[in-house]
Amino acid sequence: MSTGAVGRAYPRLEGREKVTGTARYAVEYPVDGVTYGWAVPSAVVRGRITRVDTAEALASPGVLAVLHHGNAPRLAPGPQPEVWLLQEPAVHYRGQFVAVVVATSLEAAREGARLVRIDYDTGPHSTVLAADHPGLYRPDKVNPNYPTDTAEGDFDAGYAAAPVRVDATYRTPAYHNNPMEPHATTAHWRDGRLLVHDSTQGASLVRATLAELFEVPPESVRVIAEHVGGGFGSKGYAKASVVLAALAARHVDRPVRLALTRQQLFGPVGYRTPIIQRVRLAADADGRLTAICHDAISQTSTIREFAEQTAVYTRSMYAAPHRRTTHRLVRLDVPTPFWMRAPGECPGAYALESAMDELATAVGIDPVELRIRNDAQVDPDQGRPFTSRNLVACLRDGAQRFGWADRDPTPRARRDGRWLIGTGVAGSSYPARARPSSATATARPDGSFLVRINATDIGTGARTAMWQVAADALGVPPERVEIRIGDSDLPTAAVAGGSMGTASWSWAVIRAGQALREKLRDLPGDEPSGEVTVEVSTDDEVGGQPTLPRYAYGAQFVEVRVDADTGEVRLNRMLGVFAAGRIVNPTTARSQLVGGMTMGLSMALHEEGLLDERYGDWVNHDLATYHITVCPDVESIEAYWLDEQDDELNPAGVKGIGEIGIVGAAAAVANAVHHATGVRIRELPIRVDKLVGLSALA
Amino acid sequence: MRAFRYHRPADVADAVAVLGAEPQAAYLGGGTNLVDLMKLGVQRPDLLVDVTGLPLDSVEELPDGGLRVGATVRNSDLAAHPVVRRDYPVLARALLAAASGQLRNMATTGGNLLQRTRCVYFQDTGKACNKRAPGSGCAALHGQNRDLAVLDWSEQCVATHPSDLAVALAALDTVVEVHETDGTRDIPITALYRSPGAHPERETTLARGALITAIRLPPLPAARRSTYLKVRDRASFAFAVGSVAAVLDLDGGVVRDVRLAYGAVAHRPWRAYRAEAELRGRMFSPELAGRAADVELAEARPLRHNGFKVPLTRAITVRVLSELASS
Repeated sequence: MSTGAVGRAYPRLEGREKVTGTARYAVEYPVDGVTYGWAVPSAVVRGRITRVDTAEALASPGVLAVLHHGNAPRLAPGPQPEVWLLQEPAVHYRGQFVAVVVATSLEAAREGARLVRIDYDTGPHSTVLAADHPGLYRPDKVNPNYPTDTAEGDFDAGYAAAPVRVDATYRTPAYHNNPMEPHATTAHWRDGRLLVHDSTQGASLVRATLAELFEVPPESVRVIAEHVGGGFGSKGYAKASVVLAALAARHVDRPVRLALTRQQLFGPVGYRTPIIQRVRLAADADGRLTAICHDAISQTSTIREFAEQTAVYTRSMYAAPHRRTTHRLVRLDVPTPFWMRAPGECPGAYALESAMDELATAVGIDPVELRIRNDAQVDPDQGRPFTSRNLVACLRDGAQRFGWADRDPTPRARRDGRWLIGTGVAGSSYPARARPSSATATARPDGSFLVRINATDIGTGARTAMWQVAADALGVPPERVEIRIGDSDLPTAAVAGGSMGTASWSWAVIRAGQALREKLRDLPGDEPSGEVTVEVSTDDEVGGQPTLPRYAYGAQFVEVRVDADTGEVRLNRMLGVFAAGRIVNPTTARSQLVGGMTMGLSMALHEEGLLDERYGDWVNHDLATYHITVCPDVESIEAYWLDEQDDELNPAGVKGIGEIGIVGAAAAVANAVHHATGVRIRELPIRVDKLVGLSALA
Repeated sequence: MRAFRYHRPADVADAVAVLGAEPQAAYLGGGTNLVDLMKLGVQRPDLLVDVTGLPLDSVEELPDGGLRVGATVRNSDLAAHPVVRRDYPVLARALLAAASGQLRNMATTGGNLLQRTRCVYFQDTGKACNKRAPGSGCAALHGQNRDLAVLDWSEQCVATHPSDLAVALAALDTVVEVHETDGTRDIPITALYRSPGAHPERETTLARGALITAIRLPPLPAARRSTYLKVRDRASFAFAVGSVAAVLDLDGGVVRDVRLAYGAVAHRPWRAYRAEAELRGRMFSPELAGRAADVELAEARPLRHNGFKVPLTRAITVRVLSELASS
C-alpha cells in the first residue's frame, strides 16, 4: 500500500452526477415501451380472497392488465414467503400485496388500482405486542444464528445478594426504515432473460432470488443497482417491488416500472419490531457488576420467523460473573419485521446503556467511570480475548473532547432560563464481520486498470472506498484505476449490510490487485500487449478465518436542553468517538457516523410507528406524521475516531462503520434527558406528552 | 389518480362561474395540500381552476391603517412583508413556524386557510372518516388520536385544523373577503370555520363555488406587541401539537386589551374569548394568565392519547403572555 490512497479524504466519485440529478436510480432509466405497475395492498389483516373483480379496472383508460393470484405467472416457493406474491388467496397481514395493475402511465395505473374490487373472508387477528401475550414462545435461534438464551453463573443468586440493583423495563415502538428512494424496480424480459434495475443493497442476492422464484438459470437474470438511494437494511433481500415488477413484465410482455409509495414502505418491506426489554443489573458498592440479565420480547409474523437479536449486545459488552440473556417472540398478524439500522445492537444498547446509567445513579459513580470499571478485555460470551477493544479509549477521548470532567451528577441542577440542561453518555459496539466475495482486476495496455466487483453503493461512499483500496492494492495512483460496481454480471459479492461491505469487498479487491501484480511480474517482456485479467474469490480465505470476538466500539456523548414548561427536547450537541479499525475515507466515514448518530437521536426523540389494532396497520404511514429528526433538532454533531490497527480482521484492517453510529445514541439522549430533568423516560420516543409541565414538579 | 381538466380563469367572475357550474371542480392555489390529497384519492376533482394567475397577489395598506392581503400572496412573501413584520409580528411568526421554506414559497394565503385536516384517518381512504366519507364513522375517536381535538369535537369527528396562519388571523379579528356567484361578502374569520357537529364534511360557511379573494386585517396598534408560539414534535417542519397567538396591550400593568387564539386543539382555530374576558381589566401576572387558560380549557374533553394538550396549551399561554408583558 505504498501510494496510500486509503486513509485520504476523497469526494464521492459519483458526487457530481448525484447533485446534478444525472445519476440514474432504478425507475429513471429510459426504456422503450415502458409501462407502469401499481401495487394493490390487501384491505384486511387476515383472511382469504374470495373474489377479484377486475372489470372496472380493465375498462379504465390506459390499463393493460391486472395481475392477482388467479392469473399471475407461477413462482417457485422459496425461503422468503414475503416475496412469494400473487400466488395464493391467503392474506397474512394488512398491506400484503394482492394485485398489480399495469398501465401506460403511472396515473392510469394508480387509478386502475383504485378500481380493483376484492372480496375477502376475514378472521380475527392479533397485531399488538404485549409482555403477557399468550402466544409468547422461545425461538430456536435469534438472528442471524445466535443462541436464543445464554446463562453463566447463577443470575438469581448473584442478583439477590448484591448491595445495589437496577430493575428496569424499556419499550421501543415499531420503526420504519424509510430510505429516501423507495423500493423501486424497472423489469424487462427479453428472449427468456430478465433484466432489472432495482433499488437494492445486494444485486447478487436479488439475482439468486429471482432465478429461484422464476425457475430460470442465474445467468439469465441481470440485476443492476448502480445508484441506490438508501436502504438501512430494508433492501437487504429481494423485496416486493422487484418480484411484482418481474411478474408484471412477464405477464404483459413489456418493460414495467414499479415503485412502492411512501405509505407502502410502512410494513410490507420490513421494519424494526416493537420490543419490550427488561434489564436487571447488580453491582457491588464500587460499581463492579456482579449480575446482568437482559430479557427481550419482540414480534414476528405468521409466515416467517424473524428473531431480532436484541439481547446479544449484552452478552459481550460488560463483564460480570452471573449473566443471563433471553429472547421471546410472538407470532402476530403483521408483516415480517426485517433488518433495520443495527438490528439487535441498536435496541439492545438502548436498554443496556440506559440501565447502566440508572446503575451509575444508584451506586453514585460517574457513568463514564462505571463503564471503564466494567470493561472486559476477554469476551464474556466466547471466553476469548477481543481482537481489539478500545471502548475505554473512546470513553476517555470522548469525555475529554466533550468536557465531561467536573460534571455535577445531580439531576436537574443546571438551568439556563426556561431550559433545563443535562448531559448523558453511552457505550457502543458492533460486530466486525466479513463475507466471501469475488473480484476481477484487469491491466490495460494504456497503463490503466479496471477493477470489477458487485459491491453496492447505497449512498455510503462504497464505490469511492473500493476505488481507493484498489489503487493501493495495485500500487498505482487512484487516477489510473476504474472501478465498476452495482451489477450482478460483475463478480459476485456480499450484500451492503451488517456493516461488512467494506471488509468483505476490500478483501477480494486487495487479493485481486495482488494477484494481478504477481501475474504481471511473471509475464515475459516489459509491457503486456493486451489486457491481462485475474479473478479471485475469498471463499476459502474468509471461510477459513478463525472465529474470534471482533468488534468496533464507540462512546456517545450528548447535551440536551429541555423546556421546563412544554417539555420540548433539543440537543445542544452530540459527540461520538469510535474505534473501528482502519478508516478508508474520512469524508464518507464521517458522513456515515454522523448519519448513524442522527438516526439514534431520531429514535430517541421522534420516530414511532403508531399501530391501530382494529385495522392492523401503522396509521402514521408518511413522512409528515412519522417524524424523523431535522437539522434544527441538534445544533452540533461531531464524530471522531481513534487510530486502530487490528491484524485479526481482514487485509484492509477495517471493522465497518455503517451501523455503529446509531448504537448507544438513543441511550445517551435518554440519559441526558434524565440528567436534565430528573425524569427517567423508559418508553421511546421522548416527547412533550411525556415531559410537559416539568416546572410544576420543581 | 383521476384524470382531470385544467382551467385558467380570465378573472374572478369567470372562476366563480366555472366552479358554480361544475359540481366536481376545485380551486387550485399552491397545490401543496390538494395535489397530495388527489394522489391519495381523498379528493377527486374532475376540473382544477387555477387561481394563481388572477390579480390577487398584492398586499395593500388601507386608509384606516389596516392591511388587505390578496388571496394568492404566497406565505413566504407575506411573512417577509415589512408592514406585516412591523404591525403584526404574530402573523409573520405564525407563517414562518409553518411547513418548510419550499412549501411556504408555494402556499397561498387563501389556500392556507382552506387546507384540510392532517388527521391520518382522513388521509387514508382505507379507513373510516365522516369528513371524507360522510356516514362511514370516525376511526380517530377511539383510534390513534394524540394529534387531535380536545375542545368542541363531536362523536362524528375529532379532527383539528392544521393552519398556523389561521390561528394568528383569528386573534387579529381578520375579515375574509369572498366572491360568490351573486356578489361579494365579508366573513369574520371566526365565522368562516364550523364546529364538526353532525356534519364534519362541512368545514366552512362558504357557499359552493365561493372564492376567497383577500383577507383584511383591521388596524390594531396593540398588535405590534404580539407573538405566536408553536410547539411541535420536532424543531421544524411539523404540525403543531399546541400553539398560541397572542396580542397583549397593558396600561400600567393592567390588561387593557388582549387577543388570544389556540391552534391544534379544535376543528377550527380557537379564539379564546373566555380567557380574554378573564384577563381584561385585571393587573397582569403569570398566575392570572394561568387562571385565564384554565377558564378557557375548562370544557376540554381529552381523548385517549391527547390529554397532554391541556397542560401544554396552558403552559404556552402563560409563557407567551408573560413574555409579551415583560417585553
